[in-house]
Amino acid sequence: MRFPRFQSILLTHPYSSFRRRPESSFYGRQEELDSGLRRNDETGRIATTIALVVSACFFFSSLAFAIDPLPFKDHTEELRFQALTKQLRCLVCQNESLADSNAPLAADLRRDVFEQMQAGKSDEEIKTWLTARYSDFVLYDPPLHAGTWLLWFGPALVLLAGAAAIFVIVRRRAGLAPVATRATATRATSDVEDDW
Amino acid sequence: MNARLLPLAGFVLILALLGFGIWWSQYHDPREVPSPLIDKPAPQFALPLLDDPAKKLGSSDLAGQPYLLNVFASWCFACRDEHPILMQEGKRLGIKLVGFNYKDEPADAKRWLAQFGNPYDVIIADYPGNIAIDFGVTGAPETFLVDANGVIRYKYISPITAEVIATELLPRIARLKQETR
Repeated sequence: MRFPRFQSILLTHPYSSFRRRPESSFYGRQEELDSGLRRNDETGRIATTIALVVSACFFFSSLAFAIDPLPFKDHTEELRFQALTKQLRCLVCQNESLADSNAPLAADLRRDVFEQMQAGKSDEEIKTWLTARYSDFVLYDPPLHAGTWLLWFGPALVLLAGAAAIFVIVRRRAGLAPVATRATATRATSDVEDDW
Repeated sequence: MNARLLPLAGFVLILALLGFGIWWSQYHDPREVPSPLIDKPAPQFALPLLDDPAKKLGSSDLAGQPYLLNVFASWCFACRDEHPILMQEGKRLGIKLVGFNYKDEPADAKRWLAQFGNPYDVIIADYPGNIAIDFGVTGAPETFLVDANGVIRYKYISPITAEVIATELLPRIARLKQETR
């Protein structure tokens, strides 16, 4: 029901350019009409500004509602809370962090994280508390252990394999190059054809 | 080996890897949160009964006998799919079926049970959802099999089916009963 009310504000507001302006009607004098139009431009700008401010309020209010208001002691604590919850995964909508998610479980977990921060727990202790319940899945950054070494070092292994392959190919080509120029007669028997 | 075959071998390797991924994902849900609580003691709790909030039921009251803890809520659509199965098979399980009413309005939960039937031996209500977090609950329905010593032995996420009862729950329950004897 927000929109109709919003629209009616624009239509009836004294600054609104949508308001009917009987003084600058078709039957009015030309100067009056001109000044009316000019005024209309100015009030139009004001109306646009108001519309922007109002829509900005709607826009930011939806952002504000995403995160429940928590009584932080100071700004440092708030920053720490935000940094920590950004590293934690919402278990319900798993592509969202705990900081962003609107899921009820995420709100509960934010509340728990906040309470533990108030109790003086460190970030590591809070993460341990969460992984004891939800496994490493709750962390966006997977810790290094036997089960994740392939995840951590797999890309490096692939890179090494690629580097090794290039090294072997380059070495082989370097070895073949003089053979190819020196003796074209041996070409048929050499494995030059394999040189791709 | 003929070096010309190398790119083909690389291609086949990648194909095999992707194929394995497709095969693997048929049997494994990547979204499923693994429970670190399997074979660990169930969290201590004392929660009000749904029917009588003045009375509380705790983990110590349930100790001594294995039980099945089923997380449900009236707001949970999948619980409706699961419910007829629990109504049919609940008594055949041979152990206590504990309903865990999760973040639910008591009136809604009661109406829901009046409409679809009550398969539970006892129902505890966790309105704030704190104990559910201790259990590592991510939603409803979820089901925990707890042994006589209060250790979580098995967890099933998503609605229980007749097949899950036959292949996963009943054999485990039979084993638990042998252990307790």
